[in-house]
Formats: sequence, C-alpha cells, structure tokens
Amino acid sequence: MQTPKTIIQKIWEQHVVHREAGKPDLLYIDLHLVHEVTSPQAFEGLRMNGRKVRRPDLTFATMDHNIPTRQRLTINDPISKKQVDTLQENCQEFGVTLADIHHPDNGIVHVIGPELGLTQPGKTIVCGDSHTSTHGAFGALAFGIGTSEVEHVLATQTLWQAPPKTLNVKVNGKLGTGVTAKDLILAIIGKFGVQFGTGYVIEYTGEAIRSLSMDERMTVCNMSIEAGARAGLITPDETTFDYLRGRRHVPQGEAFEEAVTYWRSLATDEGAVYDTVVEIEAADVEPQVTWGTNPGMCIPVTASVPTPDASDKPSEKDEIVRALDYMGLEAGQPISSVKIDHVFIGSCTNSRLSDLQKAAEVVRGRKVNPAVTAIVVPGSFSIKLAAEKEGIDQIFKEAGFEWREAGCSMCLAMNDDIVPPGGRCASTSNRNFEGRQGNGARTHLVSPEMAAAAAVMGHFVDVRQFTAQEVS
Amino acid sequence: MEPLRTHQGLVYPLNRSNIDTDQIIPKQFLKRIERSGFGQFLFYHWRFDDAGNPRPDFSLNDPKYKGASILVAGENFGCGSSREHAPWAVQDFGFKIVIAPSFADIFKNNCVKNGILAIQASEDQVQTIMKNAEAREYCLTVNLEDQVVSDNEGFSLSFDIAPYPKEMLLNGWDEIGVTLTYEDKIEQYELLYK
Repeated sequence: MQTPKTIIQKIWEQHVVHREAGKPDLLYIDLHLVHEVTSPQAFEGLRMNGRKVRRPDLTFATMDHNIPTRQRLTINDPISKKQVDTLQENCQEFGVTLADIHHPDNGIVHVIGPELGLTQPGKTIVCGDSHTSTHGAFGALAFGIGTSEVEHVLATQTLWQAPPKTLNVKVNGKLGTGVTAKDLILAIIGKFGVQFGTGYVIEYTGEAIRSLSMDERMTVCNMSIEAGARAGLITPDETTFDYLRGRRHVPQGEAFEEAVTYWRSLATDEGAVYDTVVEIEAADVEPQVTWGTNPGMCIPVTASVPTPDASDKPSEKDEIVRALDYMGLEAGQPISSVKIDHVFIGSCTNSRLSDLQKAAEVVRGRKVNPAVTAIVVPGSFSIKLAAEKEGIDQIFKEAGFEWREAGCSMCLAMNDDIVPPGGRCASTSNRNFEGRQGNGARTHLVSPEMAAAAAVMGHFVDVRQFTAQEVS
Repeated sequence: MEPLRTHQGLVYPLNRSNIDTDQIIPKQFLKRIERSGFGQFLFYHWRFDDAGNPRPDFSLNDPKYKGASILVAGENFGCGSSREHAPWAVQDFGFKIVIAPSFADIFKNNCVKNGILAIQASEDQVQTIMKNAEAREYCLTVNLEDQVVSDNEGFSLSFDIAPYPKEMLLNGWDEIGVTLTYEDKIEQYELLYK
C-alpha cells in the first residue's frame, strides 16, 4: 500500500519535472500571474539574454497596484504610468494576455484569477506577490515569488523548490454569529504568531473551514503569508466545484465533471501525517482588531490594548513599546475607545462581492460619522458592476461612503489613495505595517462588517451588538 | 551574479524583530522599472524624517557604521511583501551578508538569487554579535565554503545552508542558464501533462 499523503504532497509530486540528490525539486508551474510592480525587471532580464516566455498560454497579466480609483483611465503620476505602460509593452512583445485598465476583466490579480476560473484545484500557481496564497482556497498550491523567480518562470515555466514542511491548522466547531473569516485568520495569527508558518505550507481543515464560502476561504488563505507560510490551502469540495462550474477558463460540460473526479482525488488521505498540527476552537473567536504594527498584534474588540508586561521576552517588550508609540495608543486602553478617521473596504483580502454585501448590510440606513472618510474599492471591474446591479453602491453612497473603481488602492497606497501622516484607518486589508497605508499612517485590520460599523460610529465597536440595534 | 566565497566586513546591528519588507523599502519606491539604485531608499522612513533629513536617532545614520557590509537583525527578518526590491536595496546599500535568528521564506530565497548570503544563527549568537557591534567597530569574517562566521577575538559560529543555494552563491551562477540545461526534462513533462 502507498504511504498516505497530504493534498500538499500530492500536488507537489504531480509537478516534479526533475529530482536529483543535493538539489531542490524542479517544479512545473501551471499558472503564472503577473502584475506591473514585480515584473518589469524580469522581462528586461529576458530581453538582455535573448530569452522568450516559454508558455505565454500559461501566463496571465493584470495591472492593479498603481491604478487610480477615482477614475481609472488616467494615471497622473508619471512613474506609475511608466510602470503600467511598461507592462503593456512587455505583454505585447512577449505575447502575454493582459487585462489592462480598459479591459472588462481588469482587477486585483488575486480576485480575477478565481473569477475567471484560471485558479483551479491541483494547480501550481505563482505570482510576484506574496498574497498569491489566496488561490490556495481552491486546493491549489499557490505562492508568492520574487522578481528573479518571475523571470525564471517566464523563461522555463519551472522553479527549483525544496519540498515544504506541512502544517495542519485545524479549526474545530462553528464560528459564532457576527464572527467572520477575517476574524478567524486574524485570531489564528494572533494566537500562533507571525512566523509560525515559516517553512511550511498550511492546510486548513475542520468544521469551521468546511462551512466557509469560497470568498471566505480566500480571505483565510490570503493571510497565510502573514503567518509566515508562503502557501495555505483548503481541500476542494462541493463549495469549490459549485463556484467554478461554468467559469470561463474551467473545462466545460462533461470535461468539467471529469476534472471534478480528479480534484476529489487530491484530498488528504486518511492517516496522512503532517509535520505539525495546531488546533483552534472556532467558538472562542471574537471579532478582531489589530492594535499594533504586524497582523499578529490583534485582540478581540471587547479587549484592551496590551501593556509591555504582556511579554517576558525583552525583544517582544521592545516591540510592544515601539508599536504603541507608532500607533499612538495607551497601554491598557479599551480598543473600542480608539477613534478612527479613515475606513478602507477593499484589497485582495476583503473586496469580493459578498464582502461588499455584508458591509452594506451593516451601513444600510445609517450614516458615516462626519469625522470619517470612508471608501469602498471593489476587487475587480466585474465585482463593481455586479454590486451596482444589486444597488450596493447606492447603500454605500447614501451612507456617505465614496464608491470607487477597482484596484489595490489603500491597502498599500501605491496610487493616490493614501492615509495622511498620523491618520488612523479601519482597514479590511492584510497588513498593518508601519507606513503601509501612507507614511506615518496607523492601520487597524478588521473585517468588512467591523470596518462598516466603525465608519458609522467613528470608533471601533462590536459589530455583533451594533447590528442588533435598530436603525434610528 | 558575483560569486561569494569569503567576506570580511564591518557589522551593522539592527536590534529589531519582524522587520518587514515595507520597512526595508517603502512602496513609493517600487514604481521604478530598473533593478538598480534602491540602496538610497533602504529603511527610508527610519533613516529620514518627513523633510528628507537624516534622523540622528536611527543607528544606520551613525558614522561609525559607514561602510558596513554585514547586517545583523532580529528574528523573522524580511517578512511580508515578496518585493525583491528589498534585497536589491540591502545589496545596493553595500550589505553582502545578513545574519538573523530567522528569515521569512520569500526574502531568503530572493537573497540567494542576488548573491546575498542570509545566515541563520541562534538568538544567543545574534545577541552576542549585536552587543559587540553596538559597543565598538566590530568586524566579522564569513567563510561560505566552510560555513563559518568568526571574529579575530575567538568568537565563531558555524551555520547551515542547503547544498543548492550554497553552490549558487559560491559560483555566482545564472540560475535560468542552469535550468535551461534541463530543457529536455521540461519538454518531456509538457508532452505528458500540458
């Protein structure tokens, strides 16, 4: 009998092109996603060495990081424009399909891959972007790479990779009412730390994971990298197949059902052994708010900002002191007392249609606090259209939100959506690093529902109690 | 890529954990389409105030570390964004070696591709180096062949590195050139599966 394998090992073994002692495996890459920020030097490398893109048909490009969201067709920043134009030229020269700003498929790379059905179970997927882990929601092995590796994949459609260790994050039981996938992944990172996944690929399992929608699974897998893991995945099931059926790039008709049979076979075998297993009880998870300068610095909305005494380790004490200083917070103050002036609903973590629907439900009939600038940035052009068809844009606009064009936007502020120095933002994105949303800006990561409630109140509030109240 | 066999240099200690690539090279500098010239932006908002003047309280601005080529930092160095601009900035500033108790996976990979050696040492060893480098002008010698770091006062540590990245660094190979010698294998795989 064969040794039982995890889904991670199965996908890996199916993609080994070459194996020899003393070397990592040469791994085949099924899908290479490309964006404007991390690709220009890679294409330039190809040009300098007279090399071609080996498989343009397995390569797909979009522009997302630099795209303005007040209107999307004119980029005023000349350096941003140059980067976007360079991608256009490179795709043309090397024969790569590109969803440019005029294209209806345009959007955040990790939003449109799944939307178009490019992302599929069992695939190896890479992109010069750490949030490539998002695609693991479909049972794909998807990870971020640097620009040298982007060039390597363009030229060879392979990467030298040492087999990762496997980590099972098991989420037992059910999430409580008003507790979201975002709260779950923040709580996992908060509990186990920002580097517990380093060197591993995570498989998320357990009842709470199985009951998540695809959008929610993407939120969880997206932030695997914030736990240090290059990739995090979820075994595909009916939820996955229902999402994919009929999408443009998946097999159609009978071929789809054949694909499903194969996808089912990827599930981790009974008795397969992971290198590490950790567990968390879903029922214990509360709505989360980050208070510090990395995603592991998070607490339940009902709790207070920690004091430096919360850690015995000198380096961690220093980190807490520095984070409190940067964030302008008092040790021990309740997080719900923290006033905000910006709200950002968007990013590859939380900009999908269901994220916008849920946030809209929270703000329906209410008004954004006068002290708050609140923006909604859909993850793709098609999500924007779908939301408008449902009237979601109207709910947000009537509440006082700005309804914007699609892109990465204020998640990393490479376009002109910037939180000013000292500004404080409730953000549905993935990183609360110093300066992430603007030099001197302070970021608190939350779910779309929590962000929406904070926009109305002007400070953090437990969305479970907030939504129980009648609209006055 | 330049081969790296041995290196002797001045140590710069940055005693912080979880230094993310957003700090190493902030996003406003990622718009450039070149591979060079990122060193001037290394740790930009830690080095410079809003007016662009050097912050006197940030140690990298201390003249005693001028010319340092070995960066020593706290655990989980290089976490966050996959941007290769981070190792480009580290290297362009003049660092050839980074020593830390642990590194983020993507950053470590990106270092190898650029001929930077990322050495994982124990927390105690790193703290010893930090203290020495904070106290005085402190130099280390790194021998990649033997996998040893030492000073001339009797301190030494040996480090692990997998055979493949070691070979890449020692020889300064163009990895794509190496991979293309396996093109027949890639073709065979594609005939079967793609």
